[in-house]
Amino acid sequence: MADRGLRTPLARARGLGSAKDGTHHFWVQRLTAVALIPLTIWFALSIASLATADQAGVQAWMKSPLSATLMLSFLLAGFWHMKLGLQVVIEDYIHTEATKITCLIVNNLISIFLALAATLAVLKMLLGS
Amino acid sequence: MVEFNLPANSRIKGGTTHKAAAGAKNLRSFQVYRYDPDSGENPRVDTYEVDMDECGPMVLDALIKIKNEIDPTVTFRRSCREGICGSCAMNIDGTNTLACTKSCDDVKGDVKIYPLPHLEVIKDLVGDLSNFYAQYASIKPWLVAQSPAPPDGERLQSEEERRLIDGLYECILCACCSTSCPSYWWNSDRYLGPAILLQAYRWLIDSRDEIQGERLDQLEDPFRLYRCHTIMNCTNTCPKSLNPAKAIAEIKKMMVQRQV
Repeated sequence: MADRGLRTPLARARGLGSAKDGTHHFWVQRLTAVALIPLTIWFALSIASLATADQAGVQAWMKSPLSATLMLSFLLAGFWHMKLGLQVVIEDYIHTEATKITCLIVNNLISIFLALAATLAVLKMLLGS
Repeated sequence: MVEFNLPANSRIKGGTTHKAAAGAKNLRSFQVYRYDPDSGENPRVDTYEVDMDECGPMVLDALIKIKNEIDPTVTFRRSCREGICGSCAMNIDGTNTLACTKSCDDVKGDVKIYPLPHLEVIKDLVGDLSNFYAQYASIKPWLVAQSPAPPDGERLQSEEERRLIDGLYECILCACCSTSCPSYWWNSDRYLGPAILLQAYRWLIDSRDEIQGERLDQLEDPFRLYRCHTIMNCTNTCPKSLNPAKAIAEIKKMMVQRQV
C-alpha cells in the first residue's frame, strides 16, 4: 500500500477522469466482426474452389471486380479487427506504461503495413497484366 | 508486464490441523486460508474438524463455531447472517459467495475457504475493499435531480418505470462478482468492475434521475466500462442471482444509442 502514496482511494479511483472515448472502438470491433462472418465464408469457399487452379486461373478470378472488392473488404475488415483486438489484449495485460505504449504503436504500424501490402497485392492482380 | 511468478507471500504453506474432540461422529473438515501480513510469514491453510451435529448448517455457522470454540484468531467479516449485508463474501469451494447462505451440504469433501480473489489481504479472510468502495462513490450512487421534488410528497414513478430497477436494486455490494472477474483482477485500478457498473446502470435507468447524459459521459472510457469482455463470471457467481453482465451490456447499448 505504501508505494501508492497518500492519495485517498477516491482520488485514485477517479484518476485522470473519463477518456470520453471507447464506444467507437467497441462499435467498429462489432461492425468488422459482423462483416467478417459472410466475408470469411466467401473467402473459404473461394479458396476451396480455386484449390486445383493454376496461377493464371487465380489471377483471372481476381480480375473480376466483385472478387477483388470482396477480397479487399475481407482483408481490410480482417486487419482492422485484428488491430482492435490486439489493442485490447495489450491494454489488458501490459501494465508497464512505456512497454504498453510501445506495443500499441507497433500494433498500429504493423497492422497498417500489412493492410497496405495486402491491398497492393490485390490491386496488382486486378490491374496487372 | 504480466507477472509469471507469484509474489513470495502468494505461496501457501500447509498449516496445522485442529482435531475435533473425541466422540464426535458427524465430522467435517474446513480448510481455512490464514494470512497475517504483519507477521512476515507466508500464508498457510489450517484445517479444522467440526462436529456438524453441534453446528448450524451454513458455512458461516461453522466459521463462527471455529472462532468461538477452536481458534479465536481466525479473522473474517460477518454481520447479518441472512444474505443481506454482504459482509461474509468469500471464496468457498472455489466460488465467490456468501458464507451465510452457502450450505455446508452443498460442498463435497472438505470445505475450502479462501478470501475473495485478487484483493490485498488485511488478515485471513478479510480483503481490502477500499478501492471497491471508492469506485462506488465515484459513480455518484444517489439520485440527482434539478427539478424540485413535489412539495407534498415523494418523486413519482410509474409502475413500469419502477420495474426497470428490479434485478438491480437488490445488489448488496458484496463484491463477489467484481472479484470473480479476470478483467477486474488485471485492471481494477481503472476498470470499475461488474458490481459498480450494475450500480451505475441502476442510477442510469432510474426515471427520477436527471443526469443520465453526465453519468454516461463519466463511464465512456476504454477502461472504466469497456474492460468488460463478457466473460460472465460475475453473473455466474452472484449470490443474489443478479445479472451484472446484462447491466453492463445495457450501458454499452445506451452508449451506442446516443451516437447513432
